[in-house]
Amino acid sequence: MPLSASEAYEPHEPHASHEPHAPHASKEPGEPYDLAVIGAGSAGLAGAVTASELGLTVALLDASAHVGGQFYRTPEPALGAARPEALHHDWAAFADLRRRRQATGGITHLAGHHVWTVARQSDELWAVHAVTGADGAGERPVRVQARAILVATGAYERQLPFPGWTLPGVVGAGGAQAMLKSGLVLPGRRIVVAGSGPLLLAVASSLAAAGAHVPAVVEATGYLRYARHHRALAANPHKLLEAVVHGSALLRHRVRLRTRSAVTEVHGRERVEAVTVSRLDGDWRPVPGTGRRIACDALAVGHGLAPQIDLAVGLGCATRPTADGTSALVLDGHQETSVPGVWAAGETGGVGGAQLARAEGELAAYAVAARLGVRAPRTESAHVARLRRRRDRMRSFADAMARAHAPGPGWPEWLAEDTDVCRCEEVTAGAIREAVADLGARDARTVKLLTRAGMGWCQGRMCGAAVACLAAGANGAAGAAGVAGAAGADGAVAPPGERRPLAVPVALGALAALEPGEPPEPPTSPESNDSPRSPESPKSPKSPVEPDR
Amino acid sequence: MARTPAELVGAQPGPPFEITMDGRTVTALPGQSVAAALWGAGIVAWRTTRVGGRPRGAFCGIGQCYDCLATINGEPNQRACLVPARPGDAVTTQEGHGRAALGV
Ligand SMILES: Cc1cc2nc3c(=O)[nH]c(=O)nc-3n(C[C@H](O)[C@H](O)[C@H](O)COP(=O)(O)OP(=O)(O)OC[C@H]3O[C@@H](n4cnc5c(N)ncnc54)[C@H](O)[C@@H]3O)c2cc1C
Ligand code: FES
Repeated sequence: MPLSASEAYEPHEPHASHEPHAPHASKEPGEPYDLAVIGAGSAGLAGAVTASELGLTVALLDASAHVGGQFYRTPEPALGAARPEALHHDWAAFADLRRRRQATGGITHLAGHHVWTVARQSDELWAVHAVTGADGAGERPVRVQARAILVATGAYERQLPFPGWTLPGVVGAGGAQAMLKSGLVLPGRRIVVAGSGPLLLAVASSLAAAGAHVPAVVEATGYLRYARHHRALAANPHKLLEAVVHGSALLRHRVRLRTRSAVTEVHGRERVEAVTVSRLDGDWRPVPGTGRRIACDALAVGHGLAPQIDLAVGLGCATRPTADGTSALVLDGHQETSVPGVWAAGETGGVGGAQLARAEGELAAYAVAARLGVRAPRTESAHVARLRRRRDRMRSFADAMARAHAPGPGWPEWLAEDTDVCRCEEVTAGAIREAVADLGARDARTVKLLTRAGMGWCQGRMCGAAVACLAAGANGAAGAAGVAGAAGADGAVAPPGERRPLAVPVALGALAALEPGEPPEPPTSPESNDSPRSPESPKSPKSPVEPDR
Repeated sequence: MARTPAELVGAQPGPPFEITMDGRTVTALPGQSVAAALWGAGIVAWRTTRVGGRPRGAFCGIGQCYDCLATINGEPNQRACLVPARPGDAVTTQEGHGRAALGV
């Protein structure tokens, strides 16, 4: 089949780290890639490496300057870390992927590329649009064409608000981990870690290992809930092992684990000085009179992760509610989304950790290769079968874990009327409750229109879960409908907050460079280097020579 | 037991350099983001909000929350957690939407 529009443009690859193409996977300039992988975390890297080993031409795009994603986030090279593995377990798996990437040589790594949309150009051709630079401020529109797409954009941390959570020194738990891993810094010296989910233990371990004093890990759920799902646990011994590793590290650093508790208030004027920790009942309602003050100068908080699926949702990929009330992509046994030609792997299909992400990335690569008519060697079929079994086992474990950490319906009782729920637009719980009670808002979208909650820079990533809960709470569904109850009694699902027109903010200049309905033109000077500091406006596009059809 | 993150990973960074935060000198290490350099100096707020004028700094650490917006070398609204620190950078507290100085 002819490649129609693709011939009209030169797909642009100026920022690729230089890698010679393997002879079996070379691409003529102007020809689309076989596969564009969005996200170079565990899932995307495994997918790209495997696809390249199978002989496909691969573009690997990531907003960050390095591969590795959230889990294998490493100190910036200029920091000269001799033992980056000290901040990770399972480093060997990453080292293996990096070695294989070097060996195949056929991957074009487009670092610092923030993908803001993916568009279908024809039945067999996709265009991935990105802006460049550390802050996406390079403003240079870039387009990459490919025959298949692998969405491996990972997750972001879910937050639930509480009084004082906007005070400086309160940071995301994953955020503290990320800043530590990349910049070797801590947000304070005495850091309470709080929220819910297995990530908290990992974060507390690394903060303590890096020299912070961690007076307490405050977990809203009881770990006993894991026991109810012990079949999944028994089938995933490595998860137990991880728990033991974290457990012993915490013990060694004398970190106290307080389960069925939550931070219900942060104290301090200009920054964190202390937190109040309260006991929770089984529904996450604070038990009156149980509050205890813990002195600290920082709080690392998070309530699990939410799949980052806006690009895929924009393409029309179907979503499903997860056991803990987030939305994930619906995938078939081969990792393909409901949109043929678009595959997904890792957290986008439901949060499950780095090992699962890796297995899924590999499986997706085999499926893409098969679709494009590349036959994997017969010897691989046993490997693929094994990978699928591993994936299914880890998925079921992840679901059990999500169920155990699903927010209880009573959490909104932490909120004071003047607690900011939307950090960007400074919309309080009181204002949202008013919109719900007096103005009749019943879903996040209406609340947003009435209050501006979720309209700020982050596009609702930080407040979306909470706003959905508060809106749904009015139905008598006890607040949880938006979080736990995406699978709620009547099956009603709050509209996913992932419907964002642009996955990353795009400077107006970059949008303006788009002809109506046209993809942006690749820049004219491939060697010029983008600087995040000098947001030059994009070169005005040459008039595209679109063949008449 | 390691006392600092740098000791934990055996970091041997290149020579440190200076940036300023509202005129105060802050030492940064090569490779650190502006936010990391500020955290390293114990600074966790470098912006005030539009409505309540409340202090804010980095929250998500990975470019998604936009709480860390800073004015760097006069250019407002830069995500300090993503922008690498460079010798001589002048970071100033960003007030509100950060455009006051431009009169818009
Ligand atoms: C802040 C944070 C910290 C975490 N820390 C840990 C930890 O310490 N331990 C642990 O076990 N798990 C941690 N996790 C969980 C982690 O997500 C998984 O273990 C694992 O990284 C999943 O792999 P992935 O490939 O699916 O996603 P990720 O590793 O998240 O990779 C996704 C990649 O996609 C890129 N991306 C996303 N959107 C775009 C876009 N629009 N354009 C271009 N690139 C894009 C991102 O830059 C990222 O590199 C953390 C998660 C988060 C959000
Ligand atoms: S800290 Fe969230 S965007 Fe920088």
